Amino acid sequence: MDNAQTTKVERNFVGLSPIDYRGKPSTLCPGCGHNTVSNQIQQAVYELGIVPEMIAKFSGIGCSSKSLNYYLSRSFGFNGLHGRMPTLVSGACFADRRIKALGTSGDGDTASIGLGHFKHLIRRNVPMVYIIENNGVYGLTKGQFSATSDLGLELKHQGKNFLPPLDLCMEALISGAKFVARAFSGDIKQMKELLKAAIAHNGIAVIDVISPCVTFNNHDDALQSYTWGRENEAPIQDITYVPRAQAIEIKEFQEGETREVRLHDGSSIILKKIDRDYDPTDKHAALDLLTESYKNHYFATGLIYIENASTNFFDEFDFVEEPLNRLTPDRLRPEPAALDRINQTYQ
Amino acid sequence: MDHPNENAQTGQKPLVNDFCMTICTVNGSGSATANTILYRALFNMGIPTSGKNIFPSNIKGLPTWFVIRASEKGYLGRVPYDDIIVAMNADTFANDLTYLPKGGVVFYADHLQKPADANPDLVYYPMPIRQMVRQAEVPRNLREYMENMAYVGIVGQILGIPMENIEYALRKHFGSRQTALESNRSMIQSGYEWASANVIKQDRYSVRVLPPLADYILTDGNNAGALGALFGGAQFCSWYPITPASSLVESMIAQNPKLRKDPQTGKNTCIILQVEDELAAAGSAIGAGWAGLRAMTATSGPGLSLMTENVGLAYYTETPVVIWDVQRVGPSTGLPTRTAQSDLAMVYRLGHGDINHIILIPGSVNECFEFGWKAFDIAEHYQTPVFVMSDLDLGMNQWITRKFDYPHEPMDRGRVLWEDDLARFEGAWGRYKDIEGDGIPWRTVMGNQNPAAPYFTRGTGHDEYGNYSEDPQNWAKTIQRIKRKLESSCEYLPCPIIRKKPNARIGIIALGSTDPAIIEGQDQLEEAGLPVDYLRIRALPVCCDVREFLENHEKVYVLELNRDGQLYGILIQELHDYSPKLISISEVDGLPMTAIWVKQQILSKEQQNG
Repeated sequence: MDNAQTTKVERNFVGLSPIDYRGKPSTLCPGCGHNTVSNQIQQAVYELGIVPEMIAKFSGIGCSSKSLNYYLSRSFGFNGLHGRMPTLVSGACFADRRIKALGTSGDGDTASIGLGHFKHLIRRNVPMVYIIENNGVYGLTKGQFSATSDLGLELKHQGKNFLPPLDLCMEALISGAKFVARAFSGDIKQMKELLKAAIAHNGIAVIDVISPCVTFNNHDDALQSYTWGRENEAPIQDITYVPRAQAIEIKEFQEGETREVRLHDGSSIILKKIDRDYDPTDKHAALDLLTESYKNHYFATGLIYIENASTNFFDEFDFVEEPLNRLTPDRLRPEPAALDRINQTYQ
Repeated sequence: MDHPNENAQTGQKPLVNDFCMTICTVNGSGSATANTILYRALFNMGIPTSGKNIFPSNIKGLPTWFVIRASEKGYLGRVPYDDIIVAMNADTFANDLTYLPKGGVVFYADHLQKPADANPDLVYYPMPIRQMVRQAEVPRNLREYMENMAYVGIVGQILGIPMENIEYALRKHFGSRQTALESNRSMIQSGYEWASANVIKQDRYSVRVLPPLADYILTDGNNAGALGALFGGAQFCSWYPITPASSLVESMIAQNPKLRKDPQTGKNTCIILQVEDELAAAGSAIGAGWAGLRAMTATSGPGLSLMTENVGLAYYTETPVVIWDVQRVGPSTGLPTRTAQSDLAMVYRLGHGDINHIILIPGSVNECFEFGWKAFDIAEHYQTPVFVMSDLDLGMNQWITRKFDYPHEPMDRGRVLWEDDLARFEGAWGRYKDIEGDGIPWRTVMGNQNPAAPYFTRGTGHDEYGNYSEDPQNWAKTIQRIKRKLESSCEYLPCPIIRKKPNARIGIIALGSTDPAIIEGQDQLEEAGLPVDYLRIRALPVCCDVREFLENHEKVYVLELNRDGQLYGILIQELHDYSPKLISISEVDGLPMTAIWVKQQILSKEQQNG
């Protein structure tokens, strides 16, 4: 029975329903942290009222990279090579600068095989959101250590990990990222707000999401497990993203307890103090927080660092504003006279 | 060594506009400008000339040779001997003399020690260049450089290059830099005047002015490739520095602001991006090609090795991208500053799994320009990587070449669907669906706002709609369709060039920069009584012209600059019916092919086989 006419369908301000933001059914393991991230990505884009065609999705190889297919079917997507996602974006982004790129990666993709590209992508400040679904283990190849596996972690067929983990927020920070956040698959509200802010940020925004692997690395004492995360997560602030159109609501937040970080597009991030004074615009504080967090097994989540920037990668190239991929041949091929001049020069 | 200018017939008679001159210097001493001026002055006199820089993988201090060949008959290939040397390097002086025939000429800086056992049958011109530079009161930091200008004057005067042609070359080189122009000119004039007052010409080599080479220009293949790309509407080039490909992109960087400002907004329309490695260079170009830009990268063998996985991705996702391979000698780091045709077999099947590629192979600087723009049309038409295989000899050396022809045919952007185009298919469009029956699907690109346009691109097995698929029939069908698509490309690609000789029953097949050596060798074989036809392959996969050539000849020699006969290997695989007719002749030592080698190899094989 068709009851579509009687049921009120929820719509965002561009007239689309959440269904328009869905992807294919996930084939990841039930309970996988990555599915939560997929859901929050589509929810964030829906709530921001961005038409899905204005997003392009990119990924490498791994469980996280597969998840690209499980959200935003109405966005172009490119599931490329292991670790090389940043390279695809660095070329594709020039084709139509209106499109926001969303990169989804994992700890194998980003911290091992693609670490160089990750850091250079940040160095370039390509305007995009870079999400790492970090579970400290290789899932698709069935349970090997990754470069973010905790020191001393024991896995079924691997023995004990004797190498210290890389902290991808730290890597992002020292590579010059101006938006660095850490989220947890068990904290969806915070994740969604961080995603919205990241999408609004002008430049690269890195979100390291601790996203448990329920199959290979979910022992209660494992750093990237649900249990450990739930017991130890310590949000550094309560975060709310406020779109430009609703900026007026900021007044509702009481002064003193909150601080506002205004983004270049006029939207704002409202950060509410929880139990410590933390200034996310202070890079030294961010580095200290991450150092302390690792040392004391203190699972700090939230907006770790933000530096509002008026320029990004594109500004260095002074190229056409309209989509480059729509330029007609007459604007791409120089006139015959230009070749005549060249022929003359070389005579 | 057999020297063609040393036999009984030619004896000691004067030789006009026909010599090979090698300037033997130390790299980093600033001789490049001097050599270019000499070379350009000869070109300006209307003499067909080629200039080859034989240089080390080093910045300063090692020997380097600049070889100028002048040939009134228009032969531009390398010759394995000299007629004249300009000796400026003490370390190589004795050995450099061994390349000269009886009556050969030695200009040498008189502060170099002439070897005690120097061949008495040569003509020696000591040049007091240090003294001249000292007298000219050149600033200390420019003295070494100016010594080079002194020999330009002396050599120019003794060979008979008119000062006006040198003046032309100077103006071309220095343009509006008046001070540099004057100081260089002054040094050249000192050399010129010193020679006319103090030297009595004793050798038999000279030059004379010919009608101008009006249809010709002077440049290198990398610059031509760069210009070709810019006239081809390149919109994105990502790259990582590597010899001998760097100068291709550097030429693009230099020309881009002059050529590629949008006529409507004055903004740039071509992005050039140096990235962190060749993996990123390939990946970024593929990302751009996927998103609908005319995208390219340029590299050499080691870079291609790194790009391999990406190339497979582009092939299977059917993403257009142009990749230049300016070949050097490998494997490994190999000889970075020497030339070869050793990447062919690798490039033809670059990537793991079932794969093959379209390759364009320019044989002249002019073709580097032509294939520079054409490669984009082919890549977008067939939605696949297209390789342009040049080499160090073609790419980095100076050549006279026919003027560049403007690409008048319309750009072929391939099957791209925009918002309104999708309606035509009434929902039946799929990214990899063979709607037209020729194996080439329709594609949409990022930014298309039609909700039906986006699709999911993946390097994993996929069906006609881009959905993940491990279905055996689907895999076989897709990989066969891609094969069919590429095979059908051969008649669209640049066809071979055939140079015939009367009554030839045998043939030569070759490719790329060996063209001048083969043409000259072909003429020498004819003089020796062996007429041979010559087919130059300009693209792979091969077209039916090659089959016909094999059909029409009793046997065909495949000549190439690599160890194992890589083109030969491809031909016997692709045209196996003709394999009994094919004979491989191949060799690689890092230097360009010579006509003498072509002639000797074919004659000796003919004698062996009767």
